[in-house]
Amino acid sequence: MSANIPDQTGGPRESISRQPTFIEKHSNTVFGWATYLFAWLTVLLVLYIVCVIGIQAAPAIRDYGWGFITGTTWDVNAHQYGVLPEIWGTMYSSLLALVIGALFGVAVAIFLSEHFLSSFVFSVGKLFGVQFHPLWAKLPDNFERILKNLIELLAAIPSVVYGLWGIFFVIPLIRPVCDWLNSNLGWIPIFNTTLSGPGMLPASIVLAIMILPTVSAISLNALLAVPPKLREASYGLGATQWETILAILVPTASKGIFGAIILAFGRALGETMALAMLVGNANVISWSLFSPANTLAALLANNFPEAGPKEVGVLMFAALILLGITLFVNMVGAFILQKASEPQEGVR
Amino acid sequence: MAQTAKELSSAPKAGNGNRNTNEVVIDCNISELYYGKFKAVRDTRIPIERNKITAFIGPSGCGKSTVLRCLNRMNDLVRGFRFEGHVHFQGKDIYHHSVDPVAVRRYIGMVFQQPNPFAMTIYRNVAFGLKLNGYEGNREERVEQALRDAALWDEVKDKLHTSALSLSGGQQQRLCIARAIATRPEVLLMDEPCSALDPIATRRIEELMLELKDSYTIAIVTHNLQQAQRAADKTGFLYVDTTQGGRTGYLVEYGVTKQVFEDPKEKHTQDYIHGRFS
Repeated sequence: MSANIPDQTGGPRESISRQPTFIEKHSNTVFGWATYLFAWLTVLLVLYIVCVIGIQAAPAIRDYGWGFITGTTWDVNAHQYGVLPEIWGTMYSSLLALVIGALFGVAVAIFLSEHFLSSFVFSVGKLFGVQFHPLWAKLPDNFERILKNLIELLAAIPSVVYGLWGIFFVIPLIRPVCDWLNSNLGWIPIFNTTLSGPGMLPASIVLAIMILPTVSAISLNALLAVPPKLREASYGLGATQWETILAILVPTASKGIFGAIILAFGRALGETMALAMLVGNANVISWSLFSPANTLAALLANNFPEAGPKEVGVLMFAALILLGITLFVNMVGAFILQKASEPQEGVR
Repeated sequence: MAQTAKELSSAPKAGNGNRNTNEVVIDCNISELYYGKFKAVRDTRIPIERNKITAFIGPSGCGKSTVLRCLNRMNDLVRGFRFEGHVHFQGKDIYHHSVDPVAVRRYIGMVFQQPNPFAMTIYRNVAFGLKLNGYEGNREERVEQALRDAALWDEVKDKLHTSALSLSGGQQQRLCIARAIATRPEVLLMDEPCSALDPIATRRIEELMLELKDSYTIAIVTHNLQQAQRAADKTGFLYVDTTQGGRTGYLVEYGVTKQVFEDPKEKHTQDYIHGRFS
């Protein structure tokens, strides 16, 4: 206290500055500690979850070990458990969904960041010499904003609704195409079974729609963060809009877009309900897009209700594997995003 | 687009280096220029002459940059931009509906206020224009020549394949000049190229402009009167007209730099050059 700056009241400027009071000082400290505590509580929560699952899975880990990961049969009566088909199905459906979802998501992000809609409306208007009233001129912008919100709303649709939609809309929709592909291009491994209803392709299509908002929202932010002066430079050199997008904007935003894709992958891996309804729940390892399959999350959802005490441990082991995969993917994604949002050296 | 490009390039070309003729490369005649409902510039006629440096000076908001950006249709990127008048580049109206703005920008290069290198290597920055134009020849040679012309070669020759963002501000701006001249455009537009640079880097860019004017035609916007005096052959002074409600820029005086600075005809020019300004 004694080292504080002396009060200057009575000086020529009649300063009203004063020392911070006891309460001001200490509430600051308390507030700091409180946020610190809550932040660490969430970390502890994650660790606690991992611990509980790990402890419950411990007997199964002891009994089955690596054989659990490499095994391909799931027979409750014979006490034979293996999750290789589920790991395969999880990775296959997620990657497939990622390819579809990333393509559409990045396309949506480019469409929204470039204001294609309004520039189209304006160029048509200019062609006919139309002067827009400012209110009307804002309409395409507003429409784009609505579009952006609608895409983000896709994330708000419950998983089970997606599942129902997949069963009653997507499967009937793609069935003729799948049948044609199977009968005409059946020699290609990815088309070599018939679509009997639920299967890998409908599951992946629905999954792709579910991860699309994640990809498009984060990619859009990355694209909007590209300094406008780079866009100007590219146009100034005589690049077309597409050349600018492909050669400058997307590469400059690539780290952010890549991070978005990794995070979406993390979401796809853990998605449960829609997949449990659509993937077919068959322990099959197949390249075919039309073959039924299974995923770790769907396995857990389907088997927990009737699980005996022994099986619960086994399912906990499967949950631990799923948790490990998703945690790993999410951490990598977060790391890349953090790298991407760091200010680039030299950009002023 | 190929058609328009041919038309633009096949226009009559006088021999470069013939500096005595006052051949006009760009004849810019803006009667009215709008951004939406806002009238930004009116009644501005500036001829840009071959192998000369033409400077645009004037107070902030007088539309200097707007006029400059008209010359290679950069304003087309601004929403609500509307233009009445004409800009003739080598006798061809670049605002004619058959002309592709992309083609115009390939013949009329631009250097911006802020150094804006792409987040790629130095080499790829300079080669960007070559790639756009589908240049099949020796790209390395062209890149080296452009960097030499921009007086940057000696500083970067050992690190061509490192990121352009590692360069200093002045070096980045010279890199942007190299990038703009790599494809040998007819005209180089410079929009306050030194405003983000320190005096030494500014001096370097000025020297560079004087070297470049043997092979290029340069139009520059500047806030720095000394710079215009030192570098420019012709100077146009723009001023803001606030009498009609808005803030509309217009050309007050255009002439040989020496005359504009030492014996200005208009009172506004006199006031501005002598710093008597509200």
